[in-house]
Amino acid sequence: MTEKLLTGNEAIASGAENSFVSVMVGYPGTPSTEIIENVAARDNSDIYAEWAPNEKVALEVAIGAALSGVRAMATMKHVGVNVAADPLMTATYMGVRGGLVIVTADDPGMHSSQNEQDNRNYAKFARVPMLEPSDSQEAHDMVGRSLDISETFDTPVFLRCTTRVSHSKSLVKETILSRPGARRGFERNPQKLVMIPANARGRHPKVQKRLRALQEFADEADYLNRIEWGNDRSVGIITGGIAYQYVREVRPEASVLKLGLSYPLPMKMIREFADAVDELFVVEELDPFWETEIRAAGIQVNGKECFPITGELSPSLVRTGLGEPIQTQHPDGPDEVEVPVRPPVLCPGCPHRGVFAVLSELGLIVTGDIGCYSLGVMPPLSAMDTLTCMGASIGQAMGMEKALGDDAPDTVAVIGDSTFMHSGMTALTDVVYNDGHVTTIILDNHATAMTGHQAHPGAGLAAQQKGGRRADLEKLVRGLGVDDVARVDPYDLDEVKQAVRSAGQNNAASVIIAERPCVLLDRALPGHRFSVGDDCTGCGICLRIGCPALSRTDAGTVQIDTVLCTHCGMCAQVCDFDAIERRDESS
Amino acid sequence: MTAEELAQVNDIVVVGVGGQGILLATDIIANVFIASGYDVKKSEVHGMAQRGGSVESHVRRDRERVSSPLISFGQADVVLSFELMEALRYAHFVRPDGAVLYSTQRIPTVAMAAGESEYPADIGRQLETRCRIALPVDAMSIARRTGNPRVANTVLVGALSHFTEVSADIWQEAVLDRVPEKAREVNRRAFAAGVRVAETLIGA
Repeated sequence: MTEKLLTGNEAIASGAENSFVSVMVGYPGTPSTEIIENVAARDNSDIYAEWAPNEKVALEVAIGAALSGVRAMATMKHVGVNVAADPLMTATYMGVRGGLVIVTADDPGMHSSQNEQDNRNYAKFARVPMLEPSDSQEAHDMVGRSLDISETFDTPVFLRCTTRVSHSKSLVKETILSRPGARRGFERNPQKLVMIPANARGRHPKVQKRLRALQEFADEADYLNRIEWGNDRSVGIITGGIAYQYVREVRPEASVLKLGLSYPLPMKMIREFADAVDELFVVEELDPFWETEIRAAGIQVNGKECFPITGELSPSLVRTGLGEPIQTQHPDGPDEVEVPVRPPVLCPGCPHRGVFAVLSELGLIVTGDIGCYSLGVMPPLSAMDTLTCMGASIGQAMGMEKALGDDAPDTVAVIGDSTFMHSGMTALTDVVYNDGHVTTIILDNHATAMTGHQAHPGAGLAAQQKGGRRADLEKLVRGLGVDDVARVDPYDLDEVKQAVRSAGQNNAASVIIAERPCVLLDRALPGHRFSVGDDCTGCGICLRIGCPALSRTDAGTVQIDTVLCTHCGMCAQVCDFDAIERRDESS
Repeated sequence: MTAEELAQVNDIVVVGVGGQGILLATDIIANVFIASGYDVKKSEVHGMAQRGGSVESHVRRDRERVSSPLISFGQADVVLSFELMEALRYAHFVRPDGAVLYSTQRIPTVAMAAGESEYPADIGRQLETRCRIALPVDAMSIARRTGNPRVANTVLVGALSHFTEVSADIWQEAVLDRVPEKAREVNRRAFAAGVRVAETLIGA
């Protein structure tokens, strides 16, 4: 059989196909996005795949599908599980019929996230078993395992990936994994499925009983948890997920207990392993999750005193944690060199730049949100003052206004179109309902751009390119009760400035919709080219918009990189000397 | 380099600036390694880091089994950099007797473009002290002469191909597999130019 080089996410998509999953739902979020994308991109797939407006809805749709007796999966990034936690914590009481798997893609090291919470804690919190692959083959295979466990034990199951599994490629043999065990169709059972207090009280003890059964299963599931005896039994290492690969890399001869089931733990197996080695290490990324459980069972281990509790692990960190020195450079070479940072930036021609250039110039307080436009915080724009989670910008601006009253600084909330659909709408309702005067700027670029331009309800076009009726943002906000709604082109800086000023003077909730498609979707405007003429004084005001296509020449004036320039013309608008000239394409 | 040394180029770190085509390059390298019968793993970066930030991607091969998709500090056989300063940022990955192949293209950061910080000087000299071979490739100029500045990556992959025992033909096929029909010819020329740069320095 041929093997394919797949990312962990591609392998999960393939595993879903090979386990006869019927419904897959998610909200885009790095590092989880490509799972749904890969399913949606397949021709003639039997899987129904959709982008939901947020993770809570995604999980609810998946629960509904599982209760209908088919196999279902919900995919999300780690912080997405916070949004989906409400249905999760009660779905665990209800159980499933068809297999239900929630993929949580965690981001240790925060490559593209606002925190690095360790979602293994959710498994314990919800009493839900969690499987954790350490490469793409396991990611593929564990989809089938998870679904089987879900159906056997009547429970939702977590499949946890981390960035380094989701976005690493390794060879995968694709095979049929398992077949659905439930009968198709919904069956009424209110005692089990209607969680009013009287019924939920009956279900909670069943959850605890299920957990005990899963603990026994953990010790028997040698296809998930296994001991790999090495020649060396002086040290034993308990590990799992990507950390297992790092341990194998730096200690090929070591005795290792590899956990594929992160929760609940195979305590009998762990005890036997501990008794057979002189010294025990737990190598796990982020929280001392296993370490705490193992210590609570009265077993001595070395853990977070040897390995960092923050950030991503690496072979180098595992090597030093296990007590080996590393050689990083030539003996004669220089010591650590300092290289200037290269943070990510808004793309050349990004429409968000126009809004942030204005907010920066006006010196307003900006409550921010999650998306590409989070980069508005970076110098030289430096136009963002808070960022917490999806949808938080509007509520925070409201809180500042109500806390400080007349003393409140001039504040605007800035939120993307996809984020607004995800969880901004409810906060805007709060502003209207409680008579706030918050100005909300919706940066409408027709996509969930940061994660790679997935569609959303405000952009139309559903995941599988079928249907996808577009929600009208203006009608939506007017429907919520906002009367002061302005539409602006973010490339027109004067228009943006006028709208922001006008909204600030209005003693009511205001919404400005700054609409222009992401420049990566709709590249290079035809008709104009821009170049810097002799009038350039080198004042540098154009450099304050932070466009990567602009830089200083050796002579101190400014130049435009014609490969990067998309002809948006914002630099020409800010130039006080009319030194940036616009010409027709033909001239 | 001897044939034996070439066959030991297993661990490659490719670095540069988000948007330069680093993932495509590591895909090509991975495909070449798989075609020659190795187990392969690679790690990628998606999301925020791709927006013009510093990007690294690792590719590894082994006759038996690759464990970690990440390469340890001081263990890479080759660091291939698409940008000058990024070569220095990731130079701690290369082993002392390994090689750094780097484009001499300078992409200033936004802070540098605004004149708030300076592009570091003497990078080539610093790289030379860190490994056995530090090979500068003027990939941009070569690509322009070839006909298109966008094929600078292909020049660098051409240079890299000379550091492995796999034949240039197999490498070239893997490159051409991933480019559109109309861009094949210019990529063929760019690849050959890259091979020549490496030959000039370390011998054919």
